[in-house]
Amino acid sequence: MRFAVTRACGGGGGRARVGALYIGGCTTAPIETPSLLISTRKGLPTFVSRDHLATLPTPDSLLLHVSPLHFLDCPSSKTISNIGGLHQMLGLHEHFFVAAPRDSLESLPESEGTNKLGASFETPCGRRLIKPSAYVEKIASLKPNLWASMADEVPAWVSEKRNKTSVDRTLRWLDECLALDPAGGKTMLGVVVGGSNIEERKHCAIEVATRNVPGFWIGGFGLGENVEERSALLNAVTDNLPEEKVRFISGLSLPEEVLQGVASGIDLFDSTYIYHLTLGGFALIFPFKILDHNNLDFQLDDTVGDRTKINLRATIYRKDITPIVANCSCFTCQNHTRAYINHLLNVHEMLAHILLEIHNTHHYLGFFRAMREAIKGGKFDLFRHRFIESRRIHLTSAVLCS
Amino acid sequence: MRNRFRICAVATSDPIKTVHLKTNGTSRYADHLNGQDHGEAFSVSFLKMALKFEVLGKFNRARAARLALPHFVCQTPLFMPVGTQGTIKGLTNNQLEEIGCQIILGNTYHLALRPGAELIDDLGGLHKFMNWKRALLTDSGGFQMVSLLHLADITEQGVTFQSPVDAKPMLLTPEESIQIQNKIGADIIMALDDVVKTTITGPRIEEAMYRTLRWIDRCIAAHKRPDEQNLFGIVQGGLDPVLRDICVRGMVDRNLPGYAIGGLSGGEDKDSFWRVVAQCTAALPEDKPRYVMGVGYPLDIVVCSALGADMYDCVYPTRTARFGTALIPEGLLKLKNQAMANDERPIDPTCLCMVCKNYTRAYLHCIVTKDPMGSQLVSYHNLSYMMRLSKDLHTSIVEGRFPEFVQDFLRVQFPRGDIPEWVCNAMEVAGIDISTCCAP
Repeated sequence: MRFAVTRACGGGGGRARVGALYIGGCTTAPIETPSLLISTRKGLPTFVSRDHLATLPTPDSLLLHVSPLHFLDCPSSKTISNIGGLHQMLGLHEHFFVAAPRDSLESLPESEGTNKLGASFETPCGRRLIKPSAYVEKIASLKPNLWASMADEVPAWVSEKRNKTSVDRTLRWLDECLALDPAGGKTMLGVVVGGSNIEERKHCAIEVATRNVPGFWIGGFGLGENVEERSALLNAVTDNLPEEKVRFISGLSLPEEVLQGVASGIDLFDSTYIYHLTLGGFALIFPFKILDHNNLDFQLDDTVGDRTKINLRATIYRKDITPIVANCSCFTCQNHTRAYINHLLNVHEMLAHILLEIHNTHHYLGFFRAMREAIKGGKFDLFRHRFIESRRIHLTSAVLCS
Repeated sequence: MRNRFRICAVATSDPIKTVHLKTNGTSRYADHLNGQDHGEAFSVSFLKMALKFEVLGKFNRARAARLALPHFVCQTPLFMPVGTQGTIKGLTNNQLEEIGCQIILGNTYHLALRPGAELIDDLGGLHKFMNWKRALLTDSGGFQMVSLLHLADITEQGVTFQSPVDAKPMLLTPEESIQIQNKIGADIIMALDDVVKTTITGPRIEEAMYRTLRWIDRCIAAHKRPDEQNLFGIVQGGLDPVLRDICVRGMVDRNLPGYAIGGLSGGEDKDSFWRVVAQCTAALPEDKPRYVMGVGYPLDIVVCSALGADMYDCVYPTRTARFGTALIPEGLLKLKNQAMANDERPIDPTCLCMVCKNYTRAYLHCIVTKDPMGSQLVSYHNLSYMMRLSKDLHTSIVEGRFPEFVQDFLRVQFPRGDIPEWVCNAMEVAGIDISTCCAP
């Protein structure tokens, strides 16, 4: 794996950047960042099987997040090793797996159970205490391309003392993982925590930056912190991390949150947005090229939902034989109509979610692409502002109309 | 003197509308229609059929055929997956095509409920709605009503039931069933029949059989699209050979494009099951497709094919997949079983499907019944297995090695030679020697 910043100072007060992630293998073209880690369940997307995954834009769609906690009970580490690790086990040989325990869906840090021995998580197999040694062993059998060291992620409301403990523990476990890792941390991402305390965030970032790791995983966000203070917290971290190394983050899912993260210099996002949209029957429709319009059309149309997404369960789509988004090149839009998906949702058929996850992933990857273009053009701040305004205008109009 | 006709269809790119009649003897009927000379081929469009059925190979009663339907040319014997609500659970159209599905079934009852027949019609028919480019078959809706609605009742008029939507009393008549199916637009549509469970005895079975014959006439009269949709009649009569015989003759008299053997797969013992199939296939015309409804176990399909049936449907392969059971040549593989937890082999080492090429039993063990992907992957494999079975049946008959195929199939399923007696009896009638597969 190699990472390089290709365009710095693209906005966000100089922090937003475009990078190139070279993932090796047969893929020679780099994955441009900022980009998305596709969420998985036991290594595979929730609904999109490998043949449909292959139809999504490459190389962007080669990046997958995987949680080792999904494999706690089975298969055994020995079996996973025998099979050859994640790539073999999942039939995804060209893909790039980034492993981190928290998936923000079902594997959630459970800070009250965490102690000096290990981190506690709520998992699909119940509450588990994970020790660094067990964690590293699981990682060794899974063989992800990159993996985050073990961390003590705490929600925003814990005491200062608890927060400080979390930083100390996270650093200690980072060093333990480094020591236990047979590869010596060559593919390990150092995790930065610190909760909602600017000083702790800074302190943790500075410490982690001294370790010999290829990149960083920024943890502890999306756990109740104030959105307004989030930027300051993010900057406290990124300002103290080396420019040239890659930065991952979990817990920032929504487009606005991603924009906030990009503005602070984050490169890769583990987002659950697509999952929630899909389960809810929503399909993303927002236009990407918001920089092209001189004046954005803010008039309310009669689509149900905001301008970002439509709720395909709504009866107005019963006979809508247009695709979710005209000219979208995803499998779903090329083959099926809003009316069909509306029917599938009404009769609770799995195909609805398969088709939605394909489209939503395709669309969200497009959003990231548009963001990168904006950064390259030095117009990221404008892009961000316009996107947020277009969401708020709808709400304002709705209020005025009611 | 019996007039002998050889019927073959015109190969046109459109749904078959005309039929050539070649005579090799005097034919008063043909003369009457066209007033042409004997011995010449001429076009007649009296037989409203939207299919062409051509037998390509035989072994005794078993046959491999080419079934040309308006939307797709199929090879029989074939298995039809059931896409109850306009989708095969968890699989996309391109996956179904990759797997080799030729025809899929839609349930009229479910589709009429949601999204509704009018809507489907307004949007151009079910093919367009689903974007399925191959063939579709719809059933009449009768069976679902009787099995799903505990307050359903059958009268001469039709099936009365309580609407599941608003509990209003409703009536599904043969006319209405056909009307709905005309709107849905499938290549093959099924007559509304009076179906009774085979486990029932008594006069009800006879009543149902005669009613089914009366209803087929009403279905025929109501059918508005005979040149685009093929109406299959369904032979009923329970397990009574006399009733079955009457029903077959009645159906054959109506000269339908194809025939189904209904009322089976409802819990009857296998010995009765195969005998009914054997009787019906013997009496149904050679040159029309024969569809045994609700048959899905691979063993049953092999036996019925040996006895001369061509088409099958069942929810079994996809339903059992969702419970974590995979179909393999040896029988069943219960992926949830603890023994699978560390099994690094694919479901079936002889299977070439995407799932067997990429996934181990150990991994699938983790995800079946727990994650949607588990459902998808095992369904994908199970349908691949069924399509492979269909293809093997067709090809082995065409290539003149059907008995060998049957023997291999049975040997793998019953390695100890403990082939059930009903299979042995059926194979004897089918004229296939399976003595080498049976334990001494």
